[in-house]
Amino acid sequence: MNRLLAIVERELRKFFRSPALMLTAMVFPLVQLVILGNAFGGKITEARVGVVDYDGGPQALRVHEAFDSVAANLRTFRVQRYDSDKLAQNDVRAGKLDAAVIIPPQFSRRVYAGEKPSLGLVVDNSDQFISSSLEGELQSLTDALNQPAAPQRVVNAIAMETVELYPFIDYMKYLLPGSIALAMFVSVMIGGGMLYIDDKARGVHEGFLVTPITRTELVGGLILSGAIKAILAGFVLTLLGSLVAGLDVLFHPWALLQLMAMLVATSFAFNAMMFMLMVRVEDPLVPRAMFGILNTLLYFPSGAVYPVEAFPPWLRAIAQVDPFTYAVHGLKAVLLKDSGFAVIVPDLLFLCGIGSVALFLAVKLFKRTL
Amino acid sequence: MSGAIRVENIVKRFGAFEAVKGITLEVAAGETFGLLGPNGAGKSTLIRMLTTLMPITEGRAFIEGHDVAADPDAVRRCMGVIPQALTSDINLTVQENMSIYAKLYNVPRAERNRNIDELLEAVDLVKWRDAETRTLSGGMRRRLEIARGLVHNPRIFFLDEPTTGLDPVSRVAVWEMLNHLKARKQLTILITTHYMDEADRLCDRIAIVDHGKLVALDTPARLKQSVPGNNVIEAQFQDPPGDWEQRLGALDEVTAVQNEGSGMFRVLTTNGGRTTTELVELAVRGGITIRTLSVQNTTLDDVFVHYTGRQLRDEQVKAQGYTMPPRPGMQP
Repeated sequence: MNRLLAIVERELRKFFRSPALMLTAMVFPLVQLVILGNAFGGKITEARVGVVDYDGGPQALRVHEAFDSVAANLRTFRVQRYDSDKLAQNDVRAGKLDAAVIIPPQFSRRVYAGEKPSLGLVVDNSDQFISSSLEGELQSLTDALNQPAAPQRVVNAIAMETVELYPFIDYMKYLLPGSIALAMFVSVMIGGGMLYIDDKARGVHEGFLVTPITRTELVGGLILSGAIKAILAGFVLTLLGSLVAGLDVLFHPWALLQLMAMLVATSFAFNAMMFMLMVRVEDPLVPRAMFGILNTLLYFPSGAVYPVEAFPPWLRAIAQVDPFTYAVHGLKAVLLKDSGFAVIVPDLLFLCGIGSVALFLAVKLFKRTL
Repeated sequence: MSGAIRVENIVKRFGAFEAVKGITLEVAAGETFGLLGPNGAGKSTLIRMLTTLMPITEGRAFIEGHDVAADPDAVRRCMGVIPQALTSDINLTVQENMSIYAKLYNVPRAERNRNIDELLEAVDLVKWRDAETRTLSGGMRRRLEIARGLVHNPRIFFLDEPTTGLDPVSRVAVWEMLNHLKARKQLTILITTHYMDEADRLCDRIAIVDHGKLVALDTPARLKQSVPGNNVIEAQFQDPPGDWEQRLGALDEVTAVQNEGSGMFRVLTTNGGRTTTELVELAVRGGITIRTLSVQNTTLDDVFVHYTGRQLRDEQVKAQGYTMPPRPGMQP
């Protein structure tokens, strides 16, 4: 046990003496949180929509008014008048417009005749995000135009009301649990991956191997020290991220306790897994090359940036065995939902389970000789 | 004196490559034993087997009576090892480097502190105790590592090329400290080196290893005697005739002549003074100008060259799954 603690002491002294690791581990996830949180979280504004009016009647005027109202208030789009649908279509193609709405001839007359005429919508569907947002916006606008001026006495349409369980969660808050897990992962990748292999290549481990330290003590010491570093990285990012995203979970002791449980289990799982992957690696280039691959393979399928429910089956299969998924799920439950301890128990169990299996394999694979 | 280190017909193979081909030797307690050999001769592989870093393919080795293969932990407890690479942690202080190693050997706190004080004084690093190791020179780091290797009071001390990469002053300082520590702690030392002067200065006995085999083993003095010629005359002549090598070889008491090219000849003789006189007379009689002339006693360099030959060792030392360790020069 003393020898295990000596390894922990060495690692932590080095860590605190060179805060570069901590900073590096923090910077990447923080930048990602701020940039992605702001880049992806917002609603579409100032899209350019062309309107071609072949009708000119009173109903077409209502459409124009509705559009102008959106342009003046929500500012989802700006409206440009066009005389010809060909010209508008060409501008959509050329990227000068994001969409074009065509009010066909006889539109007003057909509305009065109760013939349910259609408005034409030309969208640039090479950008799915903008086109679907505009489609949604214009659809709701059309629905509003369809409402009768006087309310009907008998309800003949079924409506669904959405009940939101939690206060509005913007994208940055949604990203925060993933960013915390990512900070821990980067800390593990640098501390448990790169520095470990660098030590090996420099012969530092040769120095340890000639002492009576056992495999379990050496591997355990490295994993324990790595876990402490990752917990610190995770906690600092929770603190900074909560400030940036505006969360108050750190002021609730019970949630803080759950958060700590999640951080401990996550760092244990990440460290043991990383050590298992790196235990036989000799070349210092390998962990550096693996960094990008592991990051993509573990972070993105975890539901940190996009919901797992939207994945194809093969990606869901990766998500199901990815410790990141459970870390992100648990952290989301604690940070965004305050769902209680019972909700994070399966996550904690999975993380501890996979960590224990990885630790067992890492000790088995660790070579006591060069 | 009992055998502190006993090696019986030890073999190391990496796939088809045989790095150590059956070496047998015994090092007595209190002895300083040198392992000499060119690069890639198998010295480091041998020392790594003895220090439990590499499994032994065949044969047996005992350190203080403990079987290296069967009881590696007992072996690790009674030996101190200075690997070839500088392995001290540059982010830690001198004191921390030593204290962490003492903990790895489970040295109790009081003894730990006492040993660190005593050793830092012995290697003259007391005033650097709280300095980060990154601020030390290569020589100081080596001294720190020597102190670190002794922090658990081992009786056997292995040093793998301890002065490689150091300047001459630092090398002499390391030798003096080693001699001092050896006397004070009654150490048995096994040292590998390819510096002949180092071996000559430190070692009671020397084993020369080449191509994985033991080619000579004796005291430095007797090894020097074993080389034909106690003296070496190096002379460069202006335009010597074609039979000059034979004519030099015919001089009294000459044991061998080596033609080095460009008119340079190395003449090995058992009587330097007489052969030199005769050589000068021979040149004068033949009207041949002597451009340079020097007479030396046999050094371990001559012994080394005699036993290992002169060709460069560019053969592949990297075998399956085995890479030579980094040199101290590679350290940050």
